[in-house]
Amino acid sequence: MVPLSYYLVLSAFLFACGVAGFLLKRNIITIFMSIELMLNGVNLSFVAFAAQWGNLSGQIFVFFVMVVAAAEAAVGLAIIIAVYRTRDTLNVDRVNLLKL
Amino acid sequence: MTAMLLAMASPVTDIGQRIPQYADYVRILPVLVLSIFGMLIMVLDPLIDEQIHSKVLGLIAFFGALASLAAVFYQSQYPGLAFWNMVRVDMFSTFFQVVILAIAVLTILTSFEYMDTQRIRAGEYYALILLGTAGMCLMSSAVELVLIFIALEISSIATYILAGFLRRDPRSSEASLKYFLLGSFATAFFLYGVALMFGATGSTSITEIATALSGSYVPSLAYIAVALMFVGLGFKLAAAPFHVWTPDVYEGAPAPVTGFMSTAPKAATFAVLLRVIFEAHVPGYFWLIWVAAVLSMTLGNLGALTQTSIKRMLAYSSIAHAGYMLVAFASAPAGGISAVMFYAASYAAMNVGAFAIISHLGGFGERFVSIEDYAGLARRAPFMAAMLTVFLLSLIGIPATGGFFAKFYVFSAALQANLVGLTILGVINSAIGAYYYLRVIVVMYMQEAKGDIPVTPLPIGVRAVLLITMLTTLYLGLVPGNVLTYTQSSAQNLVAPKSPGNGTIKVEIDFHLSQAKPKVELTAPASR
Repeated sequence: MVPLSYYLVLSAFLFACGVAGFLLKRNIITIFMSIELMLNGVNLSFVAFAAQWGNLSGQIFVFFVMVVAAAEAAVGLAIIIAVYRTRDTLNVDRVNLLKL
Repeated sequence: MTAMLLAMASPVTDIGQRIPQYADYVRILPVLVLSIFGMLIMVLDPLIDEQIHSKVLGLIAFFGALASLAAVFYQSQYPGLAFWNMVRVDMFSTFFQVVILAIAVLTILTSFEYMDTQRIRAGEYYALILLGTAGMCLMSSAVELVLIFIALEISSIATYILAGFLRRDPRSSEASLKYFLLGSFATAFFLYGVALMFGATGSTSITEIATALSGSYVPSLAYIAVALMFVGLGFKLAAAPFHVWTPDVYEGAPAPVTGFMSTAPKAATFAVLLRVIFEAHVPGYFWLIWVAAVLSMTLGNLGALTQTSIKRMLAYSSIAHAGYMLVAFASAPAGGISAVMFYAASYAAMNVGAFAIISHLGGFGERFVSIEDYAGLARRAPFMAAMLTVFLLSLIGIPATGGFFAKFYVFSAALQANLVGLTILGVINSAIGAYYYLRVIVVMYMQEAKGDIPVTPLPIGVRAVLLITMLTTLYLGLVPGNVLTYTQSSAQNLVAPKSPGNGTIKVEIDFHLSQAKPKVELTAPASR
């Protein structure tokens, strides 16, 4: 049996990849995918902990995370299309009408 | 929809075959009412004649929010747990739901005129406000991290869309994009925190987490979990160092939406944070809160000094106000909780009022939102200038306004907890804050109007909003006693140790509750 810590390390690694992608990538779609990667890293933790505790609520949580991620994807892609229509670009550095 | 989600989640806690009872539904009644009205609006949207479209749907939304407010008062007579310990109705949740729903009612009233001036289709707008509000109401009564997460997302997704509602305006869609990307980023952190908390304690129920963490040994995983959850919630609160999105989003979003999302989701998130910190008794939050409070106050106030757009200035001011509220978190439980609740109510009143004026004066495409455009407003529209002055004075914290007592209770709670350094920093910050609010008042009263900026007469909806918010602000400033008594007893109620529920509905009746008048916000003065 694979020990719990392996799962947790993998999950943390996936999450960190997602964070790195979010901060370093410039294409909005790639940034969006990085967020999904973070969520999936978290899902792995949930499943691993659920197995560890013998408590199913962790696994149920994963389903809810998937549902929410799907809802977020629907809204997110719509927003990205709206931005593309007004700005003709998918580069975050050029979406800079409001000063940061 | 929410009921369905809850019913689906039910096998988790494994309480056998018990079917939901009447009391279960009563305890989520406000959420049910909001969801039904929200869906009704979406169904009616394509069916109604174009000419009366916006008015009819607006009225439906208005009555939906009012009905939900009535449901909160009805529900407050049935305190206790519902749906397998997922939801807890108590004085605390009632208070926040009243605040959130009052904000929703006022936002809808403000939007009547705004929909016409900006020429946007109203259907989805009102539906999203109601559904988002449903999420926020659920946030304040949820006592299970699964449900808190879902409620948080219901409210966030609705506000992502609302922020970009002027979709042909590049500023609005850019605001929406920034809010969406950073918001989902923060949600992922919150979720990771929840996962680690689940790993550390083996449960996602707040009561059980409290039990698991009450022993002498606290797993170090729990500390990391608290920090990660705070990142996610701190984002929603617009607390520094997670505040960078705030000015951009508040500036780009439609003005009534900015008023809505600077108050309602914030109040709901404070409710979640209070529950997580003081009901689950999580460890190691003190320095996190301390640093976030100091940073928010300082960066918010310093940032606001140089702004030229009034929406952007109020965005920085909202960061600062989140900082003041966090000061109360760092202090002793009971006093701090009650101070945060009072602050949330009075901040809602003054900010919604201020944004009602801003959205009225903005004109088509929100052209007039810079502070210069307010020059000479006292001569052109004395009533509006006077109202805005009241709200700005309240934001400064001048006595006789709600803002004064809000700040007073926060700082006195901090002093009682011997946080002298934090209190001094807070007071210095309030003094800095006075400058930029006063600047707007000076511009309105002392400067001559430049150019020709039209001032249209106030429509009845905005007039009602201004009166209600103004009276609430003064009510909280002159007779804060009633509200304070209520917040104090609900704070006591929240920190009192709870026996873990076992599926039977415990009627933990606080005997005050059946007699107390939970008319704390906005509705009380309205009837005068």
